[in-house]
Amino acid sequence: MATITTTRDGVPRAASQPTRGRPDRGFGTIGGYIGRTVLALFFAFPIIFMFASSLKPDNQIFADLSSLRAFLPVGDISMDNYKAVFDTVPAWRFLANSIGVSLLTVVLGVLVNSLAAFALSRMRWRGRGFVLAAIIATLVVPFETFALPLLWWVNKLPWLVMQNGQPMWTLGWLDSYQVQIIPFIANAFSIYLYYSYFSTIPKELDEAARIDGASWFRIYRSIIMPLAGPATATVAILTFLPAWNQFLWPLMAVQSENLRPVMVGVQYFFQLDVAWGPMMAYASLITIPVLALFLSFQRAFIGSIASSGVKG
Amino acid sequence: MPALVLIVVFFFVPVLLGFVLSLTNARLTSPQGPQFVGLDNFTRLFSDPLFWKSLRNTVYFGAVVVPLQSGFALGLALLINARIRGINVYRTVYFLPVVTSIVVVSILWTFMYQRDGLVNHMLQAVSFNLIQGTDWLNNPSTAMPAIIFMSIWQAVGFHMVIWLAGLQTIPGDLYEAAELDGASTWQRFKYVTWPGLRATRSFILVTITIAALSLFAQIKIMTNGGPLDSTSTVVFQSVRAGYEQQQTAYASAISLVFFVLVLTVSLVQRFLTRDKD
Repeated sequence: MATITTTRDGVPRAASQPTRGRPDRGFGTIGGYIGRTVLALFFAFPIIFMFASSLKPDNQIFADLSSLRAFLPVGDISMDNYKAVFDTVPAWRFLANSIGVSLLTVVLGVLVNSLAAFALSRMRWRGRGFVLAAIIATLVVPFETFALPLLWWVNKLPWLVMQNGQPMWTLGWLDSYQVQIIPFIANAFSIYLYYSYFSTIPKELDEAARIDGASWFRIYRSIIMPLAGPATATVAILTFLPAWNQFLWPLMAVQSENLRPVMVGVQYFFQLDVAWGPMMAYASLITIPVLALFLSFQRAFIGSIASSGVKG
Repeated sequence: MPALVLIVVFFFVPVLLGFVLSLTNARLTSPQGPQFVGLDNFTRLFSDPLFWKSLRNTVYFGAVVVPLQSGFALGLALLINARIRGINVYRTVYFLPVVTSIVVVSILWTFMYQRDGLVNHMLQAVSFNLIQGTDWLNNPSTAMPAIIFMSIWQAVGFHMVIWLAGLQTIPGDLYEAAELDGASTWQRFKYVTWPGLRATRSFILVTITIAALSLFAQIKIMTNGGPLDSTSTVVFQSVRAGYEQQQTAYASAISLVFFVLVLTVSLVQRFLTRDKD
């Protein structure tokens, strides 16, 4: 039987339901709403301004700056800036490159990191503890500390290509798709996330399957992975965001226009005489895909960020 | 295990290469192999005024961003932890800049920070023309503060969510007990919330610090290190040396100093926030 208690705001609540970390503090309801709304405007106004400006010709953008019209799609509205974007830069190509690179990094990352976590959490082998510790240790080293040696190093790596139907080795990965994908597949944090998720799945499940003669791969594919959906969602989001946002690395490692991703594309707008309307259109264009994903999967997005803090 | 091979090839090898190459004269593309030159790169680095300036700028950015961003993020987390109708809308809006790429955010604010840009127009409007503003990014004394303000605006939602996850692990009974004992809002924060956030706290501190010290994209897009090198940072300098000037060896030396900086700061932070029990 649940006992009913009455909270400060007079709403009865079942006492047996734990109220984790949810103090009923509204900071005075009206004032609370006003304060929170002001903050919401503070976070949203530049983004609204970007989308509104992307629809206006340059002279109107500047004319609107001194009034609230800056944030509204009013006046001489058209898609001309977007047309200008596609006329001046290969925007479709940049978008296709970014989508391809991000998706491949996510798919391969989910596969490779979950397999690694599976081997670490389910199989018994020598050196397991050492490998796990080494993987965890890589978490504190930011990419920026080894990006430049890595740039030199990938330029020395071989790659197999087909030329006139013959397989042939080439040297150097600069200016390629693989240089944007392969270094970012294995990820210590993804392995760690899968590892901690796998350890919540009862070992009895796979022990029973092993007695029935199932192979390790079958246990991975048919038992563990189907139960690890939330971990996969988290890993996919946490791999997708940085892959889509990559800037430093492709700026250095990819020179050819037709291989470059969206973020490096912004450089083209700064080289020309800056036309702000088209630039806002391009900025909006490369924000919309991520924004759409975020708004459709808000709970998963915020949950995955939250889970990145749990490791403590 | 493919992951292990990838981590060795794309993490451990380049990290070790950083140490080795910093003692050579390696260039990004060069017909000759690298030759051993001892500590030449470090001698050059430590006598380069630009390096000291970049280091100062990096530390300045970190010293301002770390406390401001973590504090502001905690405030926001407390605000969206309340049980009121429509709270999810606020959470979503506060988080919007985080899903907007830092590259997009940098372009957008470059536009807004112009002399006749949106920021100055808004300052004029709210101050009834008292504040005239400046050309924020082209003024050596305001360029870095402007980038700091924008960076906090962009990233604070990320740490808000992490604080929030920490807040939600604190049992509600503790608050109820504190309330029964007549604790004020401040006392509840001090004796229930703050101790309950110990693990979250050290995690937030370390991640914000590492991200702040790695400052690059904003600089590259908004100021290119200028004006008068007032926004050049360590990572920015290493990219300029290693990529634009192709001096891999010198860039490796810069990266190594950066590595030591990050490691020292996070070890000190871990020591200061360690479990004292």
